[in-house]
Amino acid sequence: MTSHRTDRAGLIDRTQPRNFTFDGKAYRGFEGDTLASALLANGVRVMGRSFKYHRPRGPWGAWVDDPNAIMTVTLDGRSFPNCPAATTPLVEDMQARAVNAWPSAAFDIKAGLDLFHRWLGAGFYYKTFMWPDWHLFEPMIRKMAGLGDISRDAPKNYTADQVHDHCEVLVIGGGAAGLACARAAAEAGRGVVLVDDHPIFGGGLHQSVQIEDRTPSEWIADQLAAIMGAGGRVLPTTTAFGVYDHGLVGLAEYGAFGTAPHLHRMRADRIVLATGALDRPVTFAGNDRPGVMAVDAACEYLARYGVLVGRRIALASNNSLADAAEAMLTQAGAKITRISPQDGAIRALGGKQLKGLAQGLRRHEVDTVLASGGLTPLVHLWRHAGGKLDWCAARQAFLPGAAPDGMVAIGAANGTFDLDQALSEARAIGAGNASDAAARTYSLTPLWPEPGDKGRQWIDFQHDVTLKDVELAARENYVSVEHLKRYTTLGMASDQGKTSNMAGLAAMAAIQDRPLPEVGTTTFRPPFVPVPFEMYHGHHGKQLWHPLKRLALEPQHRAAGAALGEYGGWLRPGWYGTGNRGDLIRREVLSARNAAGIFDASPLGKIEVMGPDAEDFVNFIYYNTIRTLKPGNIRYGFMLTEGGIVMDDGVIARLTENRFVISCSSGHVDSVREHLEAWRQDGNNPDRIFIHDLTQQWSTVTITGPKARDILAKLPLGLDLSAQAFPHMTVQETQREETPIRIARVSFTGDISYEISIRSSRASDLWDKVVAAGEPHGATPIGIEALSILRAEKGYIMVGKDTDGETMPHDLGITIPRLKKKPAYIGDRSLHSDKANLPDRKALVGLAVGDGDKVLPTGAHIVDGTLSRSLGYVTSSYDSPTLGHPVALGLLENGSARTGEIVSVWHMGETRQATVCAACFFDPEGERLHA
Amino acid sequence: MQIFPCPFCGPRNETEFHFAGELGKVRPDTGKEVNARDWATYLYAQRNEKGLVREVWLHLTCSELFVMERDSLTMDVRASKSLRGDAL
Amino acid sequence: MTRYSAFTVFREGLRGQKGWDKAWRSPVPKPAYDVVIIGAGGHGLATAYYLAKNHGIKDVAVIEKGWLGGGNTGRNTTVIRSNYFYPESAALYDFSVRLYENLSRELNYNVMFSQRGMVVTAHSEPEMEMAARQVNAMRLNGVDAEFLDRDQVRKLAPLLNYGPDMRYPIHGGVFQPRAGTGRHDAVAWGFARAADAQGVDIIQNCQVLELLTEGGRCVGVRTSQGEIRASAIGATVAGHSSVIADMAQVDLPITSYALQAFVSEPLKPVLDTVVLCPPFGTYISQSDKGGLVIGGGLDRVPSYGQRGNLPMQEAVLAGLVEMMPALASVKLLRHWAGIVDVTPDSSPIIGPSGLEGLYLNCGWGTGGFKAIPAGGYLFAHLLATGHHHDLSRPFDPVRFTTGHLIDEGAASGIAH
Repeated sequence: MTSHRTDRAGLIDRTQPRNFTFDGKAYRGFEGDTLASALLANGVRVMGRSFKYHRPRGPWGAWVDDPNAIMTVTLDGRSFPNCPAATTPLVEDMQARAVNAWPSAAFDIKAGLDLFHRWLGAGFYYKTFMWPDWHLFEPMIRKMAGLGDISRDAPKNYTADQVHDHCEVLVIGGGAAGLACARAAAEAGRGVVLVDDHPIFGGGLHQSVQIEDRTPSEWIADQLAAIMGAGGRVLPTTTAFGVYDHGLVGLAEYGAFGTAPHLHRMRADRIVLATGALDRPVTFAGNDRPGVMAVDAACEYLARYGVLVGRRIALASNNSLADAAEAMLTQAGAKITRISPQDGAIRALGGKQLKGLAQGLRRHEVDTVLASGGLTPLVHLWRHAGGKLDWCAARQAFLPGAAPDGMVAIGAANGTFDLDQALSEARAIGAGNASDAAARTYSLTPLWPEPGDKGRQWIDFQHDVTLKDVELAARENYVSVEHLKRYTTLGMASDQGKTSNMAGLAAMAAIQDRPLPEVGTTTFRPPFVPVPFEMYHGHHGKQLWHPLKRLALEPQHRAAGAALGEYGGWLRPGWYGTGNRGDLIRREVLSARNAAGIFDASPLGKIEVMGPDAEDFVNFIYYNTIRTLKPGNIRYGFMLTEGGIVMDDGVIARLTENRFVISCSSGHVDSVREHLEAWRQDGNNPDRIFIHDLTQQWSTVTITGPKARDILAKLPLGLDLSAQAFPHMTVQETQREETPIRIARVSFTGDISYEISIRSSRASDLWDKVVAAGEPHGATPIGIEALSILRAEKGYIMVGKDTDGETMPHDLGITIPRLKKKPAYIGDRSLHSDKANLPDRKALVGLAVGDGDKVLPTGAHIVDGTLSRSLGYVTSSYDSPTLGHPVALGLLENGSARTGEIVSVWHMGETRQATVCAACFFDPEGERLHA
Repeated sequence: MQIFPCPFCGPRNETEFHFAGELGKVRPDTGKEVNARDWATYLYAQRNEKGLVREVWLHLTCSELFVMERDSLTMDVRASKSLRGDAL
Repeated sequence: MTRYSAFTVFREGLRGQKGWDKAWRSPVPKPAYDVVIIGAGGHGLATAYYLAKNHGIKDVAVIEKGWLGGGNTGRNTTVIRSNYFYPESAALYDFSVRLYENLSRELNYNVMFSQRGMVVTAHSEPEMEMAARQVNAMRLNGVDAEFLDRDQVRKLAPLLNYGPDMRYPIHGGVFQPRAGTGRHDAVAWGFARAADAQGVDIIQNCQVLELLTEGGRCVGVRTSQGEIRASAIGATVAGHSSVIADMAQVDLPITSYALQAFVSEPLKPVLDTVVLCPPFGTYISQSDKGGLVIGGGLDRVPSYGQRGNLPMQEAVLAGLVEMMPALASVKLLRHWAGIVDVTPDSSPIIGPSGLEGLYLNCGWGTGGFKAIPAGGYLFAHLLATGHHHDLSRPFDPVRFTTGHLIDEGAASGIAH
């Protein structure tokens, strides 16, 4: 292969060679090359295969607009699929492979598919593969589709940093206009950030010989120095990929190849779009052949990488920018033939290798065709932000029209294609002035595709959409732009239609003989270029994803050998010790029943409600009547939604006349607090009610079991613990070593229990003393699994487990407030809806099994006689260590009237029998509870 | 990311806020007879306007409820005000 | 109309594709129809099709302010399933799945319903108990369901993270083999073409400006293309239902939210089923073209803006990387949003609007696509007869007054 590298310096570092392979063959490029420029320099043109027909393809573009050269790149053993060769920086030892070709892009065994193209036009798959069944055809089609493959292991060291950032002026695009604007803004004292997605600023400026009497590199260096000297920041290799609500700009800052880009959530007071413009392709027969390239791309390959893409070049352009391109390429040693595509249909000759270009009967022997149908401003971000577009007939392009708040477009992005005018516009905007409408030297001759022309003329290169496909879509009335796009898949490839959208619109306009702006534009959807998922992910992964709440007593639990697990968002002891889990839990249950269990109940809600209106407020919040609760007493109750559904249960203690503590279930603390705050402030006088959530500031140690009183008595609290002085459902406040302590006699096990609450900094001391006091009595720490069994034996429910989204309080047997409570409370009216009044509501029941029967599976359904209808389900089910037989709770239609009935319990196809009983298996008379 | 102005804390990220409902919902006096229709209207009916809306929001980090006026199509935020004051 | 078949595709290939007819006409609206349907999305077009097919009512116009299929039908993540808990929901959605199973042949348009199954993972013992409750409910409802342990989930979705560092370790899950994905645009186009062939007028770029009422009854619509009168008017406008209802001075139990969707660059096949991991708020499938199609929860701010917002994008895609770490370096190609109509019980509304003559099919929230054939079938029944089909009766808006909500979200762990 002949080298296409010229003497022109470019921006590469020729002292730093880089070795790499493509499709298994070794090549050499230089530091500063992209994969595409290095391959072009080595004379490689076929860099990929198209999606559908597996046509050989070379680069059309030199940057983000290239749809053709897509590769899987392996570096240090890790593969990255779908890397655009035109933007992938060349790194020593890279191994690149074309994605959709085997064994290589040059010789692809599926190339034969192209022979069947006449049957594989737009949307052919909608019209067939229906008989006998799509599933017969789909696997083959899936295998054919897709681009790169991924490795199945998680990438190592691939984590994105994510930062919030702010600036006064964000300039997007570091070409001539962006640089000049950023400098003017910085020198006017504004905080400027300038971003550009290239590693080297300057945009298309490197193609120029001189600018303002300096070489482009000198001029660019001057601007950057001035920007930074005035306090501005510059971010190269940073893509502004989207503009979101309230002016948030997403920036992806790329580092070394193989690392995740960093996400900047940038907020700017003002956004300047200097994103430039792209060459619009010319639609002609064979325009997808390797060697057909955008005019601007050829100039970029020469200016940035010192690569001359061809020696004999046909320059087919309809606009005035072709002169400069011709001069530049000629100077580099190419022989240029100028073609006016508007003078007659052109067609590329040759196959994998380009042989020439024909126009009418004239044939031009060329090795390269450069094409431009005019410039298309890059207005993606403008549209993300909601800016309007206006059609400019003179430029044959959509230009920024009515601006979104805080955004302005300059330079080529604004249709200002002439350098001098772009500079003066940029400086005016940067300095905060209005820009004068500039004179134009840019001109073009409108160019339209010719429907019905012979030959295959490509509109979307990657997705193989041709002019004939657009004609077919029009014929079948898929004429709306979005229908056209979706039916033909035009513009939906990984380049997101940067080249194909305008060509497609022009084709549809020509076919329908309508002005192009009437055809419309498709939506510009972020991201501007594809960005890795990891960029959105960052460091908040693994255990930092929804971090667990931690107990103050965690060191004590660990020392006691706790099996810690997640329960309701907290890391809590499930049980203690090592060995058979079931045995350990069983032992804890028995220890709690026979002596006492010591339980860390700290996650239980401790929300204080205070103030002169507190009584009325909690009476309104609770289903149960709280007003009659005396200070020092505790009541069990439900909170309902306004729909009447039980949202939480728990106890409320009245400490003083105007001070209550709500002990909601541990998983519901946040939602209950929000619920209370919402009702406090909306509908009540917030100056007379105060809510203070101390759940995480206080810890709670529970002693439960027949020996609980004896153990508590060993702590020097100075309280009379007798059943008369300190009965069930009362609370006492005291102090120990000047630390307030609250002791509630309340039970979630059915045995006498004390919940001792203390501020978390003193909790370890309390825990140690309780454990020490308990030891002589045979008391042991118990985990939440044992507690779940203890409470189920007693028939105490867990909201969300033993209730569902339909459960109302009367389904749980608490009927009196519904019938008797007079003052308004949340959910009251809903308890009397048609549905609330139905007799066959699902109600809480106990389920007993026959002697020797196994535990009913939780989640099993209770079914009617014909096994066709669910009547309810088993919600909690355990083998009770205390009773020596299984116990279960469930929700069952008309459950309270079915006591004694034998029901069928169905689980995964198997049916068993159970007897409906009261939802309490342990100490139904409550003797132990009140002991 | 939208920026919402909490009247107490100033502008904050939308992720700190919870939508609490449309402004102007009045709870029927359930101390008296409320017919099923009126109750259903209170519970469920939404104006759900396209364009200018007035809503009640909860700032989760300071627990204050406030009224926000914004555009449900463009996402522009016009104003926010404490729920204690006169409604917007 | 040219019939679609392997033969006609072959023949037209030889003839340069010249013989294909329009998939649908672009008629000028007549002054009056038997039925006018507002909104040419999947539900509207399906309603028109079934009006013609099941009830012989062919004097029907479907009017659309934009392009047909351009709302949520063309913006969803294409999942079709019936893994519901309550019998009412299961009956409705499974009816839809059954209609989908024969839809390509019925419409003579390949909607590519791909029954690759769907896994909903469970991540703790309590979630496994809920999963068991769900599987049992589905089976009792006559819907296919399998209860999977961790190894069985692994077989179906090897890309999920089974490592020890997973925040929510996978214990197992619920699998519906008959669930899958379809080609969303094709569903709209197939119904449009089939309805058009029956004589239905589909009128695009025709916006409803106001409802015409006479004597407290809706008798037509004034549109950007003039007045169109009808004996019955059906609205199938999803996230914009409140806007139409407002014209009838009715407040609906609906809040509109943006729901985002994401697609990656095409990859060779890496995922054979649909996977939802509730604690990560993310679900994913792979399209026939190779793109990973990803969805998540609603944006937190009520919205009519059909565009995505960054916080929810970060939440969903970060969740995806947690679920399937091997996808970290795969690139997001495109994201967008649709406006979904969320009801208090996350179940749809099919029934009278409160203004006589105007009927509603809305409230499908995030799950309207899978219900398109059933929604159209049942709504056609209501429009044609004035009475509910048995399957749609539980979804009448009267349930908000009687309290007979069908609250799937509260009943099961499944996001929808």
